[in-house]
Amino acid sequence: MSRIIVRNSSRPKKARVNPLFSLLSDSPRLLVLLSFAVFFVVPLLWLLIAPTKSQDQLIELPPLALGSFERLVLTWNNLVSFNNYQMVSWVYNSIFYVLGGLLLNLAVSIPAGYALAMSDFAPRRLILIMTLITMIIPSAASTLPLFLEFNALKLTNTYFGMIIAGGFFPFGVYLAFIFFSTTIPKDLLNAARMDGATEFQVFTRIALPLAAPVVSLIAFFAFVANWNNYFLPFILITDDRLYNLPVGLATLLNSTGAVNPSNINDLPIKRPEVALAGLMIAIPILLVFLFSQRFVREGMIAGAEKS
Amino acid sequence: MRINLVNTLKLKKRINVTPYFFALPYLILLLVVGIAPTIYALVLSFLSSKKAFVGLTNYMTVLTDYRFFQTVLNVLSYIAIWLPMMVLGVLLIAFLLDVRPGGFSNGLRSIYYLPGAVSGTAVVLLWLSVLDPSVSPFAFALAPLNQGDVFGVVNKIGLPTVFALMAFTSGAGGWIVVMSGALSGISQEILEAARIDGCDNWQLAWRIKLPLIIKNVIFMLILSFSGGFQLFAEPQIISAASSGTIATTNWTPNQLAYTYAFGLGNFGAGAALSSLLMLAGIIIALIMIFKTDFYRTEA
Repeated sequence: MSRIIVRNSSRPKKARVNPLFSLLSDSPRLLVLLSFAVFFVVPLLWLLIAPTKSQDQLIELPPLALGSFERLVLTWNNLVSFNNYQMVSWVYNSIFYVLGGLLLNLAVSIPAGYALAMSDFAPRRLILIMTLITMIIPSAASTLPLFLEFNALKLTNTYFGMIIAGGFFPFGVYLAFIFFSTTIPKDLLNAARMDGATEFQVFTRIALPLAAPVVSLIAFFAFVANWNNYFLPFILITDDRLYNLPVGLATLLNSTGAVNPSNINDLPIKRPEVALAGLMIAIPILLVFLFSQRFVREGMIAGAEKS
Repeated sequence: MRINLVNTLKLKKRINVTPYFFALPYLILLLVVGIAPTIYALVLSFLSSKKAFVGLTNYMTVLTDYRFFQTVLNVLSYIAIWLPMMVLGVLLIAFLLDVRPGGFSNGLRSIYYLPGAVSGTAVVLLWLSVLDPSVSPFAFALAPLNQGDVFGVVNKIGLPTVFALMAFTSGAGGWIVVMSGALSGISQEILEAARIDGCDNWQLAWRIKLPLIIKNVIFMLILSFSGGFQLFAEPQIISAASSGTIATTNWTPNQLAYTYAFGLGNFGAGAALSSLLMLAGIIIALIMIFKTDFYRTEA
């Protein structure tokens, strides 16, 4: 009873405080929070603006001053046409690896998560533990062993190798397992079985339609993990026509010395051009972030982000 | 009664066959991409380049390499800077946001999350510009260092700090979301009781909220430690991007393993070092699964 009284009396009090006074008393907190926001966002703004300026303008104009649209077009043309339009094939490769890996991942992890959550079969616990182990181990630890095996199987420098490596995403299986075991009652499935549905029908007609939220959740994490991946393609792919964007950009930085101030050459690839290439990697992820904030929040709070 | 029994028996029989069918594609991937590489690397680590058994020779090659100790020291110094940065930064922001939850806090949280989109190659490119006094938006902060060009600045700040800054900016946002989630799960009654007892916001954060979310902090620390130890992409890329001016091709154990396999063609030694790194990862994973309750294996 007394607790209720306290709550009731404290709420209107807050509402009556002068907003200006509350802003002032809150200012140290806001100052810290906004300083961090500046620290996090200003570099991103700089990256967004950089391709609209020339190399000289980047140095002469204030860092966050906008360049011109004409210059952005020129930067784009310089970047895209460089080395016989190599950038374009890197973009295609990136999309191909990521989508291929993503589809394979969804195709295997949804049924697997369903089986692990809904049925009690002998190796279930072993599979769950292996899934957790492979999920917790940082992917960088398994990359070189994966290369050694793929090298022996002649799967390096192939789309197939990249896609099956990207398609193995145990976090997806874990998310599907958690989802099915917490949200779909077994009785619902049993009722369908009583009505004569086959196991395959129970999965496709009942479980799968209900699984839409976890499909987007897995797709989000798999996309972010694969799109930015550098180590795996760097090591599995040595043919520069098969590079993805991150490896391609690193090669571009290396061969042109674009961010190396002591490197002077006549190549059209300077800092604005590589900033644009960096944006081509970052913007798809930024867009995904903006459109799926709810998933992100739910998924990360669900307890296990693989970093 | 009998009919029911028969039905359940039938049901059981069917359930026992189908899970294998549903799990099979994943099991194949788990085997081929998840488990086989580790076993294959372990086997290779005991073989010479002519596939003859050589015992622990490859391990001795790695462990007596003067670079090995240095790479371990490098990643440890990186972790020693990065982890405190993460804990302090993430908790400070999460606590401050939690003081007044609402639209404004949610908006800020999304902003902190944005740099997570820039990682790997892009984050190296970005920081080589942010730390370059001639183009940096934070040039005013770099000026007092008085170090000339970007390489002078990187030298002055030190590589462990540079990599820690990259990892912090691209990783903090995700953990802020996790901590905020944990904080919003704390019961209002506990907080109310603490306020009645006279807790101010600092005491509330330090004495009440922190102990209640300490599990999440430990979770973040273990995963970050495990990931930090395997650092590869950023030092490899920064070396390429600076055309070797920042010489970091053998800066971490993982890079050294790569050098053995690719640079020297010594797959055995590369596999040996990889197996050691994998062992560290497996030990940490087993501890997290069996000694903590971070992950659920049973519904």
